[in-house]
Amino acid sequence: MKEKKQKNRHVYWNPYFGGFLLGILIILTFYFTGRGLGASGALKSGVVAIVHTVAPEHAENNAYYSKFIKEGESPLNSWLVYEAIGVLIGAFLSGAITGRLKLKVQHSPKITGKRRIIFALAGGTLFGLGAQIARGCTSGAALSGMSVLATGGFITMIAIFGTGYVFAYFFRKNWI
Amino acid sequence: MGPLIPNGLISGEWNFVIAIFIGMAFGYILEASGFSSSRKLAGVFYGYDFVVLKVFFTSAVVAAIGLYYMDYLNWVDIAQLYVHPTFLWAAIIGGIIMGIGFISGGFCPGTSFTGAAIGKIDAMAFTIGIMIGIFIFAELFDYIEPLFTGSNMGHITLVDTFGISPYWIILAFTIIAVVAFYFSDFIRSKVKKVFY
Repeated sequence: MKEKKQKNRHVYWNPYFGGFLLGILIILTFYFTGRGLGASGALKSGVVAIVHTVAPEHAENNAYYSKFIKEGESPLNSWLVYEAIGVLIGAFLSGAITGRLKLKVQHSPKITGKRRIIFALAGGTLFGLGAQIARGCTSGAALSGMSVLATGGFITMIAIFGTGYVFAYFFRKNWI
Repeated sequence: MGPLIPNGLISGEWNFVIAIFIGMAFGYILEASGFSSSRKLAGVFYGYDFVVLKVFFTSAVVAAIGLYYMDYLNWVDIAQLYVHPTFLWAAIIGGIIMGIGFISGGFCPGTSFTGAAIGKIDAMAFTIGIMIGIFIFAELFDYIEPLFTGSNMGHITLVDTFGISPYWIILAFTIIAVVAFYFSDFIRSKVKKVFY
């Protein structure tokens, strides 16, 4: 154990402590707002706002963007956008307090930083696409869904992690 | 009785203030638990670090127990809480695509925000990727729509699916989580350590 602590530069919270606090936060979120946490929804608002600014007609004629465009109100004026801004502030504070603020590309020593960025970009693209199809990501669909025993939340969670295990072998060079 | 804002016990104008504070707590907890590190997250798929499983299951179990207990105490009406709707095939196929995204990119949306906030360039790339993915989805929406709106089972919970009491479901879920924690520690002790 001691050796491990010396080699791993970062010391994080006990996962059960973090999980407990996160559970309490989910309860509070449901207690105040009647809904759970989310993450990808904020970026959807961002994409809708960008497309609506660059090509307003295209956005209004598109069956998906038009769901989120309201007359006289920016799509960015949504609960999840404010929550996401909070996430950035909160994570920044935690990183600042523990000395983890550093501009860098984190990658396995077996791969280059460039390869890591390409895979991160491609992985993000897939995640964004999948999160729209499933109507939520690990936060909105899986975590918040499971907290109220939503069947879809469990299905999405099993699909995400099950697929991760199935494909883990092919991506092992990137991680181990 | 909660939920407070939908029932008008707190004015809706506080909604966005509350959103920022909840977000800050969310971001802080994720970062402090190590979710800003993609190599730590990916550990769950290779057996060298199970922080994702532990945080994820602990929080879901705590939240489910807490919410149903608050419902029992009449502090919150569980029937008023938003239940993520189940579109069976959309949930499965969306989940599979997200799974490939997770193993190749090493983040999910919430964790990529926390990574980006502390300066991880790979997390920033992942976040940009998510926006590209959403853009692709919206542009191809006409083709994806049958999958997106098909197999709608409504706002169902496991209580509807299995037809048994939520308390039994939560007990079973808790036992599964504890067993999974035990096995994850066992697996981790057998797997070669990875340092990052």
